[in-house]
Amino acid sequence: MDLSILIEKSVLVVILFSVSLAVAAYSTYAERKIAAFLQDRYGPDRAGPWGLLQPLADGGKMFFKEEIIPNASDKFLFILGPCIFMTTALMTSAAIPWGKSLHLFGRDISLQVANLNIGILYIFAIVSIGVYGIMIGGWASNNKFALLGAIRASSQMISYELAMGMAIIALLLTSNSLSIRDIVDQQAGFHWNVFYQPLGFIIFLVCAFAECNRTPFDLPETETELVGGYHTEYSSMKLGLYLFAEYTNMFISSAVISCLYFGGYHFPFIDSLNLPQNVAAIISVFVLFAKVCFFIFFFMWIRWTLPRFRYDQLMRLGWQMLLPLAIVNVLITGAWLTYFK
Amino acid sequence: MGSSALVLLTICGIAFAAGGILLSKALAKTSTNSQKGETYECGIPTTGTSFIQFNVGYYLFALIFLIFDVELVFMYPWAVVVKEVGMPAFVEILVFMFILFMGFLYAWKKGALRWD
Repeated sequence: MDLSILIEKSVLVVILFSVSLAVAAYSTYAERKIAAFLQDRYGPDRAGPWGLLQPLADGGKMFFKEEIIPNASDKFLFILGPCIFMTTALMTSAAIPWGKSLHLFGRDISLQVANLNIGILYIFAIVSIGVYGIMIGGWASNNKFALLGAIRASSQMISYELAMGMAIIALLLTSNSLSIRDIVDQQAGFHWNVFYQPLGFIIFLVCAFAECNRTPFDLPETETELVGGYHTEYSSMKLGLYLFAEYTNMFISSAVISCLYFGGYHFPFIDSLNLPQNVAAIISVFVLFAKVCFFIFFFMWIRWTLPRFRYDQLMRLGWQMLLPLAIVNVLITGAWLTYFK
Repeated sequence: MGSSALVLLTICGIAFAAGGILLSKALAKTSTNSQKGETYECGIPTTGTSFIQFNVGYYLFALIFLIFDVELVFMYPWAVVVKEVGMPAFVEILVFMFILFMGFLYAWKKGALRWD
């Protein structure tokens, strides 16, 4: 590999990294502001204009908090848990195409860290490893509530992974490719997959909520019954990593939803304007981020709209409704493609 | 080319997680107190072992998950080629899904999918 590509990729990785972290940090601000808006309050408004510096203040606070590791815990695993969760959350961003390629210094620069031909499988694999972060952290805490929270989290995540995978298979039937860039490019114009796979999209969306442990699926950290859930014993930056990784997961799943079902960086009619390549690339990045922001808002909107499920309801929804529906969706799509076309 | 960028991103991820913890360790003040090391749990001293019994349902769901996950892995390559192969691929997956769905219905009927 020649040096210029290495530099290009390094710069891209650093930018992507900072952007994910910034989006995750400002998601916490957005969460509080949107909660305040929906509940007719002001929300954070003291740190900086409109409280805009609040995430920085929160982050700074996390660094200066004393680190407490309980004597009864397994110390190595206690530290390993949040590290795995954070690392996996950041790694998933590699397979997502963030925009059309730029043309700089006489060559095309792709705005994707790795154009994997198995991008979807890569994301699924990394997300599955993320479950270990919660499970290890909850188990190592040596605490009843953390253990229950961790078991709930892993059980919930594996249950909804199935329906999510089935929804993806229906999408793959039409796309013929596992590469996310291919799937995005097939949706150029207004051929968004959501119009062809509405049922698959709804299943995928519900499962994404469950995978991110967001309300109404936030059973692993129900403060009314499990104190703090799997991170009850955590403090200082290790707690910060858990919370941060959750928001990063939300950002990445919004990006995946946008790419798979809402055309990613494509927007109708922009292609027909014949803009210069670099301008088109920058616009495409903004288009994708607008979609991602909408879905992050949607995640927060749902949080203040729906109450939490009971665990038996959550399991029934996952196994007895979403999974059969997803299988039927695969069969209908398969029949349509092979018989009617 | 893609894989080395992935390695780079992984290293950055690990560095961020480890760096955060180390930085916090370096910056934060510490004081020693024998009560600080106690398990917090819900605020009062813990009783008994932390490794409590929990619902057997978690195991059952994990087992069914394993079966379906393996099946899902088989379906990914199928899904990518079904457009080219056409009808035979669809009939074959119907047979596969039928057998699997019977197992799913059996588990459902036996009450393995009921949570109580």
